[in-house]
Amino acid sequence: MHSLDPVTLAVIQAGLQQVCNEMDLAFVRSAFSPVISEALDRSDGIYDPINGDLISQGELGLPVFVGTMQFGTKCVIERAKSITPGDIFIVNDPYLGGTHLMDVRFVKPFFYKGELFAWLANTGHWPDTGGSVPGGFSAKATEVEQEGLRLPPVKLYKGGVIDEEILSIILSNIRVADQRIGDIKAQAAALSVGEKRFEELIDRYGSEIVKGAITELRTRAARQMRACIDEIPDGEYRGVSIIDSDGVKNEPLKIDLKIKCEGSELYFDLSDSSPPCLGPMNSVIATTKSSIYLAIKHIFPDVPLNAGTFEPLHIQDPKGTFLYAEYPRPVSGCAAEVSQRIAEAVFAALVDAIPEKLFAAPAGTSGNFCLGGYDPDKGSSYVMYVISGGGYGGSAHGDGISNGCSTIGISKTTPIEVMEQYYPVLFEEFSLHEGSGGAGKYRGGFGVNYKVKLRRGEARASMVMDHGRTGPLGALGGEDGATNKVRVERDGEFYTPPHLSKDQDITLKAGDTVRVSTPGGGGFGNPLERDPHLVNRDLKRGYYSKDEAIEKFGYK
Amino acid sequence: MGQIVGVDVGGTFTDLIFLDEKTGEVRIAKVPSTPENQAFGVLNALSMSDIHLPEVDTIIHGTTVTTNAILERKIAPCGLITTRGFRDSLELGRRTRPKPYGLIGSFECLIPRDLRLEVTERMDSGGNPLEDLNEDEVTAATRKLLDAGVESVVIHFLHSYINDEHERHAETIIEKIWPNSFITRGSAIMAEYREYERGTTAMINAAVQPVLDRYIKKLQNELQGGGYPRDLLVMQGNGGTVSSKIIAETSVNTVMSGPASGVMAAAFTASHSGFPNVITCDMGGTSCDVGLISGGVPQISSELEIEYAMPIHVPMVDVRTIGAGGGSIAHISSSGLLEVGPESAGALPGPICYGRGGKVPTITDANMILGRLNPSMMIKANVSKKEVAEALKDRIAEPLDFSSPEEAASAIIQIANTKMAGALRMVSLARGYDPRDFVLFPFGGAGPLHASDLARELGIPKVLVPARPGITNAVGCTVADVRHDYVKTINTPLRDVEISEISEIFAEQEKRGRDTIELEGIAVENIQVLRDVDMQFQGQTHLLTVEIQNDDFSLESLHERFAAAYWDRFSVTLNEIRPVLVNLHTAVIGKRKSIPLKNLMNSEDRCKSAAEAQTGIRDVWFFGGKQECPIYSREALPLGTKLEGAAILEQLDTTIIVNPGDLVEVDDFGNLIMSVGED
Repeated sequence: MHSLDPVTLAVIQAGLQQVCNEMDLAFVRSAFSPVISEALDRSDGIYDPINGDLISQGELGLPVFVGTMQFGTKCVIERAKSITPGDIFIVNDPYLGGTHLMDVRFVKPFFYKGELFAWLANTGHWPDTGGSVPGGFSAKATEVEQEGLRLPPVKLYKGGVIDEEILSIILSNIRVADQRIGDIKAQAAALSVGEKRFEELIDRYGSEIVKGAITELRTRAARQMRACIDEIPDGEYRGVSIIDSDGVKNEPLKIDLKIKCEGSELYFDLSDSSPPCLGPMNSVIATTKSSIYLAIKHIFPDVPLNAGTFEPLHIQDPKGTFLYAEYPRPVSGCAAEVSQRIAEAVFAALVDAIPEKLFAAPAGTSGNFCLGGYDPDKGSSYVMYVISGGGYGGSAHGDGISNGCSTIGISKTTPIEVMEQYYPVLFEEFSLHEGSGGAGKYRGGFGVNYKVKLRRGEARASMVMDHGRTGPLGALGGEDGATNKVRVERDGEFYTPPHLSKDQDITLKAGDTVRVSTPGGGGFGNPLERDPHLVNRDLKRGYYSKDEAIEKFGYK
Repeated sequence: MGQIVGVDVGGTFTDLIFLDEKTGEVRIAKVPSTPENQAFGVLNALSMSDIHLPEVDTIIHGTTVTTNAILERKIAPCGLITTRGFRDSLELGRRTRPKPYGLIGSFECLIPRDLRLEVTERMDSGGNPLEDLNEDEVTAATRKLLDAGVESVVIHFLHSYINDEHERHAETIIEKIWPNSFITRGSAIMAEYREYERGTTAMINAAVQPVLDRYIKKLQNELQGGGYPRDLLVMQGNGGTVSSKIIAETSVNTVMSGPASGVMAAAFTASHSGFPNVITCDMGGTSCDVGLISGGVPQISSELEIEYAMPIHVPMVDVRTIGAGGGSIAHISSSGLLEVGPESAGALPGPICYGRGGKVPTITDANMILGRLNPSMMIKANVSKKEVAEALKDRIAEPLDFSSPEEAASAIIQIANTKMAGALRMVSLARGYDPRDFVLFPFGGAGPLHASDLARELGIPKVLVPARPGITNAVGCTVADVRHDYVKTINTPLRDVEISEISEIFAEQEKRGRDTIELEGIAVENIQVLRDVDMQFQGQTHLLTVEIQNDDFSLESLHERFAAAYWDRFSVTLNEIRPVLVNLHTAVIGKRKSIPLKNLMNSEDRCKSAAEAQTGIRDVWFFGGKQECPIYSREALPLGTKLEGAAILEQLDTTIIVNPGDLVEVDDFGNLIMSVGED
């Protein structure tokens, strides 16, 4: 075996990254689900042949999949009885290392010269997997069966050939099935691209060298993460974040996180959080862990991603809480909502310890809004999603950005001109949520307002959002950001969801509207210390009213 | 046609090439750029090369005035008039953040919120007016912007790509009051859907319009004062030129023009030498721009971003930029891996070997220590080789356990090459092109130093080094044609498309182009019309461009071509799903007279044999190890010369590495054609 010189190591690191990036690109460019192609709600990676540990993951993959995909791959490995080249497992079972049912994983063994060398896997968010509401986000579900079709790991492709029988079961159980065949092919084709590129990489450097490099890169990532943790003073830290409700029972849920820092290790304890809930805000353990991983990655973005990155992060299984959901607890809210609030608790816990690395809380909800109906003009049914951004928290480096994407995502909004072409709706407003940024020396960014009107036919609206009761937390004396607000207007009558941010099957007729205002980010530092020029500027731009400027920032 | 001048302003240097077709004379000049007023650099370059302006027929100019204005936010005060309810679209963007990880960052809209005003009007997605335009509100908004000192205004209404009536109506109202011509109508810049991208493109246009207008007028005046009687032509991001008379109207087209001229020069040069398929690699001091030319035609994209959240959606030569240039700094990451760039030592302090105060090793220093660059450079700069070697030893070799500075230098080159090869893969392999079908065209000061290594890495069989790699952009100015692009969104399922409607739109686009060229009054030999369409399968959001040949846009052939293009790109067939025709695009190209490439190098410089052109011999480290290597003057090599590597060819503006095993030949035009050896 050749020695592993620093050049080869760096080149192989870049090569592994390139394999994943090309899979990401192929998937996103050919996918049909707009949640994948525009919202980039997908991820591709390479995993250890024996235990499924993360080897490399695409740079543009959805952050929440950072940790989950290795757990998911592990579950496939444990269950796979026989494997041959060209097999692809499909799985979306949340309890088997997943998130929610809509995140469908493809897992493929990768053979090099007849030997199982690694697993390639990707996850993509399908617009629908059946269940009681279009889109899968049922705020009222009390068991997973109401959320959609649950697939254990089964071989959708056997030796490179699609299994038409399994395919027909899937397509018979989901809405807008005709386009899903496009996503299935795109998802499988992305893995083939990865297979080809990975093979070329190994051809070039030899399998022993590549294996050696993978081991070494893991060691180094762990070392780098430990060097970051060294900057955190030893001690115990606590962060608490509150979820409005589970959607079924109108009571808040508490994420209570304690972090113990000892030298270069971090210990995470969530055991004082609320017990499992009736509604869909439970989180499966893979998502809970992944949320902590991605929060840490947001704090130390330079650490590369592989299994070594996670070694110094010790997460105790929070059994008996809603963050360790077991069958048949409903879980549709875990990937988009609970995950962000776990991350928020991590930020809140560490902001006092290393304020220069951190920021006040970001908006913390994906603002999932879904409208399903029948368009009489087009003679067809539709499912429309609106996913919203909100303000980011201020930091020692400046104000937070407005309309930032959820921390667990990297998606883009669908343009209004595109939405209005596809769906029988008219947007009457898409604007900056004035006053929503939490006051601070560095203020939070602003959320958005949008108001959507149904133009034709009838429709049902559902939503799974959060931060309706309390705004994103301010830090170091900064104020909280504004809360999320929903207002439905039907025939001139206003309606506000009893759970504020969660509701299901609100019936709408032509002319009815829904207006949503998303949260702003938390403020950072004492607002009275804000540069008066910036207070003036914000006032001139109408970010705050004069009264707000006086009251919050001491404007004279 | 007689005398032609191409002058390109880059970040560091202003390059000029002068061609006299009657006498065959060529002059080149390279002077420092003058960022405070680029015109000074242009005039310096002209006077340096003793150009007698009254005799010049055409001056073609590539400028970074608009690029810099945006990046440095030195823009004109501008305002927005938009659909009620939507003034914040351009500030809120599309819900993104600068990087996937890390939540710290910022974004400033070019137009501040208090200068973004709303008026009552609304179209639906079918182009049907739902609310009429309120004229009084337009007048009031216009006055308000004028009172606030706004110089340039954008009209941007929802769904104007499908029906621009309200935008046009507003324009006629504003025109009556507005004191200058700086009025940008969103749908006039691009009739494409997606309000953020269209609006941002229009906003960028408005923000740089007065800046470009003043600059071009000043330059035109100076040139006229010097006796140049004709029109100045300006390079655009689509790789074509436009008359200075009308350039300000579509200023946004110049924002990304820098990389385009290089790619145009490559397309022109390589196809004359018989290579229609080219991957270009322009490596300068801070970055490396990579592009692809297929069948003689540069790849065009309408989805580039100038910086975070700043998309420019007009057709532009598709160039991918990475942070790897001669000045890129080598360092060790916190996980202990060797990294090169993206930080650059820039022009100041620059690489250590330039003697301008640089202390950290760069790619150029690595090339120097390996003997790839001529050590006399260091002598001139008063830097000792020891100084460079020690920096490499202290900062790279020792922490990483390399036995010598040379080993560290070689590692730096390899890491830089890996990075560039990654970018080359993304423009070729990742888009379904096989690099083995291409020739690599390196240019810029540093491109030819790395080309042979890159070609090996990617399996590209041949490298074409043009006559003047260091002034390729200026050459690109002289070969670029006049070009205008038009895009229109129709977004209709293919089976519902009326062919007559398509022909009408195409005919209208062509007419606009022909009329514009006539208005410009530039001498063109003939007019070429290129058409393509963007398509997707129903339900998708990404587009795939399908070329239209011989005006054959029957529905059947569009369907077939789209399916074929889809297969080439993704290896997927989707007979189950219906295709949609999204955008129609026409490029109208006024072909300018071709310039003779043979003249790019003076024939009197050439020796009679390669042996005579040899200037010396020195030790050079290749990846196989150190060897004695002959050094040649590239300009002195006679046409038809064949040389075997290892060899180093030096010329004024670059250095070319011929690796052991490579075979290099000087073709009839003075280009070097290198056949790359096996590993």
